[in-house]
Amino acid sequence: MAEVLVLVETAPDGSGVRKTTLEALTAARVLGEPSAVVLGAPGTAAGVKDALAEYGAARVLVGESEDIDAYLVAPKAEVLAQLVADRSPAAVVIPSTPEGKEIAGRLAIKTGSGFLTDVTEIAADGTATQVAFAGGTIVHARVTTGTPIYTLRGNSVAPEAAPGAAEEETVAVSVSDAAKQTRVVDRVVEQKSDRPDLTEAAIVVSGGRGVASAENFSVIEGLADSLGAAVGASRAAVDSGFYPHSFQVGQTGKTVSPQLYIAVGISGAIQHRAGMQTSKSIVAVNKDPEAPIFELADFGVVGDLNTVVPAATEQITARK
Amino acid sequence: MNIVVLVKQVPDSGTERQLDSSDNTVARASADNVINEMDEYAIEEALTVKESQGGEVTVLTVGPDGATDAIRKALSMGADKAVHVTDPAIHGSCAVQTSAVIAAALSQLEYDLVICGAESTDGRVSVMPALLSERLGIPHLSGARKLTVDGSTLKVERQTDGGFWALEAQTPAIVSTWDTINEPRYPSFKGIMAAKKKPVETKSLADLGVDAGSVGLATATSQVLDFAGRPPKGEGVKVTDEGDGAEKLVGYLASQKIV
Repeated sequence: MAEVLVLVETAPDGSGVRKTTLEALTAARVLGEPSAVVLGAPGTAAGVKDALAEYGAARVLVGESEDIDAYLVAPKAEVLAQLVADRSPAAVVIPSTPEGKEIAGRLAIKTGSGFLTDVTEIAADGTATQVAFAGGTIVHARVTTGTPIYTLRGNSVAPEAAPGAAEEETVAVSVSDAAKQTRVVDRVVEQKSDRPDLTEAAIVVSGGRGVASAENFSVIEGLADSLGAAVGASRAAVDSGFYPHSFQVGQTGKTVSPQLYIAVGISGAIQHRAGMQTSKSIVAVNKDPEAPIFELADFGVVGDLNTVVPAATEQITARK
Repeated sequence: MNIVVLVKQVPDSGTERQLDSSDNTVARASADNVINEMDEYAIEEALTVKESQGGEVTVLTVGPDGATDAIRKALSMGADKAVHVTDPAIHGSCAVQTSAVIAAALSQLEYDLVICGAESTDGRVSVMPALLSERLGIPHLSGARKLTVDGSTLKVERQTDGGFWALEAQTPAIVSTWDTINEPRYPSFKGIMAAKKKPVETKSLADLGVDAGSVGLATATSQVLDFAGRPPKGEGVKVTDEGDGAEKLVGYLASQKIV
């Protein structure tokens, strides 16, 4: 059976693999037998092998080196390119993070291949689905040159367990000087949060201009915490300084695709819809009955968020 | 320090955008085209670096004839000159092919620093700087929310979820920027008038020494097979809060087995 290389994304705190990895393994299985590729500093593979076995990795290819951690992106692309040259896989599947996309692009140049980013589905014939233009257009595309490389958008494919042998193979890593040009001097965490990651969360509660102040975002956080949800913000809220940019959902921020998206005090401009339109279910709370967000909403409440949301939070908490 | 800023003209992301059903490429002719929003931050950053380090800012764009509007915007903000690569053969090129064209154009320019927006709002592939870094063999400092120039050393804060990575590399290099990096200036009246006199050099593929057969739809490394509008959602339920809004909202969540 054809081999498909799947690049493993590990959690930054070393607590195992990200959900995106399990999604990528699941998506890759329609194309062939997945080999999980673990690239990182020495010790990275130790904590992730069990999860990879559980989600169908036939092999775990481990390339560990301090250089992979010390330099940005390029070393990972270099090792992957060597694996593609050595093993001629049917395809490469990479989680669609900023780093994942950069790796995919570099790998495409190195291997003379084409690539497709932010795919939401991969079919057995290699055709991929992408969502374009603010979520309004569904595109089918395929790679016509070289080894197809895909980056898979988070939360698009439900991870399905399937036993894999996870036979470990060590990959010799020798990073060239060309790939050691951008040094990662430090990794700084500024905001620690117990909430789920925005792009991975099953539920996202986002606040917009209607929240009216940074302090009042506690209303959004309260609802989010009652649901175990991530918190997002519209561009208007971020530009007004209500919430940090890394939580921005929309055209120049994150694209999310949760089971449930709750938009609070968000009018629903096209730029915002670009980041959330593919959510499975959408709920809106807005005092303006004409707000465009209601065109997208499966369930909408026309009302003051400052009364509706805290009351809803209380009722949800009471049901637990 | 000589800086090249990469600029792309795109259909306005605030309008409904389309693919062209004749060849599945972005419908640019019928669109309301504007400079890619993220590029304005790249231009601003280039101008800021020039103000502290000296040198020249050159705008480089690849696109149809109408892309001159994006060039004029960049020049009116304060860039010194521009190179516009335009050739009918480029139409329909994939990112891999386009990166070969931009890399060829960059190779004909003298630069210490290339700055570009982290993504364009049309394709949102967001890999062009990585492709150029790979092709040109220069370091890429990606996703910058802050750039510091210290002689030939570039320091970047790469924006991450909940923080940043501190990156360092030597010039020549390419830096991609997010919209958190600065607040772009508005072109002044004087700037707009001055832009009309600034040099814009037009180059064809032949001028760049790029084989026209290596670009365009026919030899693209990926192909759009078909596209369709997203099926419209069924009519949602909309209720007006009369003291029972929260109850109805929680009722909906319960019906979806969320609570």
